[in-house]
Amino acid sequence: MSHSVHRRTLLTGTAALTAASLSGVAAAQGAKTKIVFWHAMSGPLGDEIGNICKAFNAAQAEYEVEPIFKGTYPETLTAAIAAWRAGQAPHLVQMFEVGTGSMLAAGPAVKQVWQLAQETGIKLDPEAYIGGVRGYYSLSDGRMASMPFNSSTAIMWYNKDAFEKAGLDPNKAPTTWTEVIAACRALKAKSSTPIPMTTSWPTWVHIEEYGAMHDLPVATKGNGFDGLDTELKINTPPFVKHLNRLLEMSKEGLFKYGGRDAAAGPLFVSGEAAIIFDSSAARAAIKRDGKFNAGAALLPTDPDVNPNPINSVIGGASLWTMTTPKRTAAEYKGVATFLKFIGQPEQDAHWHQVSGYVPVTFGGWELSKKQGFYDRNPGTDIPIVQLSRGKLTANSKGFRLGRMIELRNIIQEEMEKALQGQQGAQAALDNAVARGNKVLREFEKSAKG
Amino acid sequence: MERRTIFAGWVLPVLLVAPQLLLTVFFFLWPAGRAMWTSLERQDAFGIRTEFVGLDNFADLFADPLYLDSAVRTVGFCAAVAVLAMGTALLLAVFADRDIRGRAIYRTLLIWPYAIAPAIAAVLWVLLLHPQIGLVAHGLKAIGILWDYKLNDAQAMTVVILASAWKQVSYNFIFFLAGLQSIPKAVIEAARMDGARGWRRFRTITLPLLAPTMFFLIVVNIVYAAFDTFATIQALTQGGPGKATETLMLKVYRDGLINLDLGSSSAQSVVLMLGIVVLTALQFRFIGRRNAE
Repeated sequence: MSHSVHRRTLLTGTAALTAASLSGVAAAQGAKTKIVFWHAMSGPLGDEIGNICKAFNAAQAEYEVEPIFKGTYPETLTAAIAAWRAGQAPHLVQMFEVGTGSMLAAGPAVKQVWQLAQETGIKLDPEAYIGGVRGYYSLSDGRMASMPFNSSTAIMWYNKDAFEKAGLDPNKAPTTWTEVIAACRALKAKSSTPIPMTTSWPTWVHIEEYGAMHDLPVATKGNGFDGLDTELKINTPPFVKHLNRLLEMSKEGLFKYGGRDAAAGPLFVSGEAAIIFDSSAARAAIKRDGKFNAGAALLPTDPDVNPNPINSVIGGASLWTMTTPKRTAAEYKGVATFLKFIGQPEQDAHWHQVSGYVPVTFGGWELSKKQGFYDRNPGTDIPIVQLSRGKLTANSKGFRLGRMIELRNIIQEEMEKALQGQQGAQAALDNAVARGNKVLREFEKSAKG
Repeated sequence: MERRTIFAGWVLPVLLVAPQLLLTVFFFLWPAGRAMWTSLERQDAFGIRTEFVGLDNFADLFADPLYLDSAVRTVGFCAAVAVLAMGTALLLAVFADRDIRGRAIYRTLLIWPYAIAPAIAAVLWVLLLHPQIGLVAHGLKAIGILWDYKLNDAQAMTVVILASAWKQVSYNFIFFLAGLQSIPKAVIEAARMDGARGWRRFRTITLPLLAPTMFFLIVVNIVYAAFDTFATIQALTQGGPGKATETLMLKVYRDGLINLDLGSSSAQSVVLMLGIVVLTALQFRFIGRRNAE
């Protein structure tokens, strides 16, 4: 008896204490409304985010944005979910592009950009944002769900010194896969570098980007944009042919698998590999640590699959507004004000130029051109050129697949088995489709509830 | 004779036990209970739509050939780690138990690896074994071995077994050394007088007397290999290439925290928990019987 009473007093005591400390915090903040912003950028990029927030805080007196580094993208996602479940979600969270499907299914946990604009009366115009970027984060009808922030795309990086050594023109990068193979053979023959070619992000580059640029569906239902009952379509002949080419190149010693996700990056930076397919945002690392002349070029294509390749899709992340039961209108207004601030041409251009991500607004792009950024830094416009090539189609506007991180891993696992000779290209992609569809069905069930 | 402290009231004993009980409730009973409950549900990542699905998650799990593969792989992995870690430790303990100069130094050095965080240990292994930058990798290449654990199932498994076992050798070493030192010298002497020589003495006298230690260590090592090697494997191979080094623990983490399939991940945790219960029960029973003899 008496100890249950005890416990109750203890609990009330704790609650009172918490309330007291909370009101203390609120009082200390004074009049400014605090906006908590969780992000996943470490190192120099994290510092840059700090600078952006400082600039915003200095530019107005009503709101104060506090950036908090929460680890890698997946860690940030997990943290945001746990926080939301506990009613403690941050106001803004930076979420990588493959988490978009999951966030869209999050319903009441997020406030989409169009909703935010409507409720706060602050205009966040979708038209200001570059199509290829905006499309990934928009609903089928064009309303924006999350705010584009750091976008990159996969491009080809090559070692100009190694090309020269192999008797190749260092200023003329191969543009088709046939030319890539020829270049790799030359690189191998002259052993310019121990490894002719490697790749980061195997799934992103060789399935997602390959599909988008050649206007091939990666999944049915417009790559998932038009329904949760989408199925993978990556075991069609063009994908099989491409994977088979990688397998052949690996056997011939032209291609070296460097691991999952970004693991192969250091192989290029260290000068070991002459060609790598990697994010355009790898530029900072290559510039800082590479002891050679690096060139940036468009991703190679297959003219016999599609003679007129179109745009590639973006990678990177966007900003999502999150909800809690107690969040006030003033706080949402602060979030909208901040989102508007970072979309201004000066802010966007600055972020683009220091980070290596592409500008997400037309304003930021124009301003960078006017400032002569691309003339001073040749190659920095390659990702933008590639992202805006041709006419956007249902196959090239991005992907809206649930549990896409898992899908990427499944495809990587099946590729790894194929590269070891345990299965052929067709079998690998068939398995990936079968396993992937199972995941998509699970997601469909959980999202419909 | 038993010595018992008799408390006058019940307040003090409750207070004394309370911290331990609270810890158990908050860090074991509550999360374990939640896991059991979640394992019966299907929910989206945010927990907005939750549906009771009974044993569906378990049914899916045992119908999934990849899960069964992972279970078989985990058993093999645990056996390899336990044998390697215990074998090496026993050998080292037998030598460190002899009268040699600098015995204390050897012993201290052998215990060191235990103090290193698994992730850091894994980074050291990467520096040694990395296909491109690793020291050992260069050596292997020089003698004509194609070394690339990122794309070779067997090599990847070897790497994670080595790294995991290495970490556990110190722990086993301490116990074996203590076990060896507790064997009465007189017994060994008697065997020597009867003409039993080195190996025979070890096999017929030392080993049987070490059996309780050995059994305790087998359980501890299996539990270690199954549950505590997550950081090492995650840092070295992330379960790859393919699924070559994906143990059950790694799968729990990946399905729960990366794939955000909480129902399945919880179901897997419950299965693992049952595994631990069985192991612990076995250990109690065996040790209890030994002590009764």
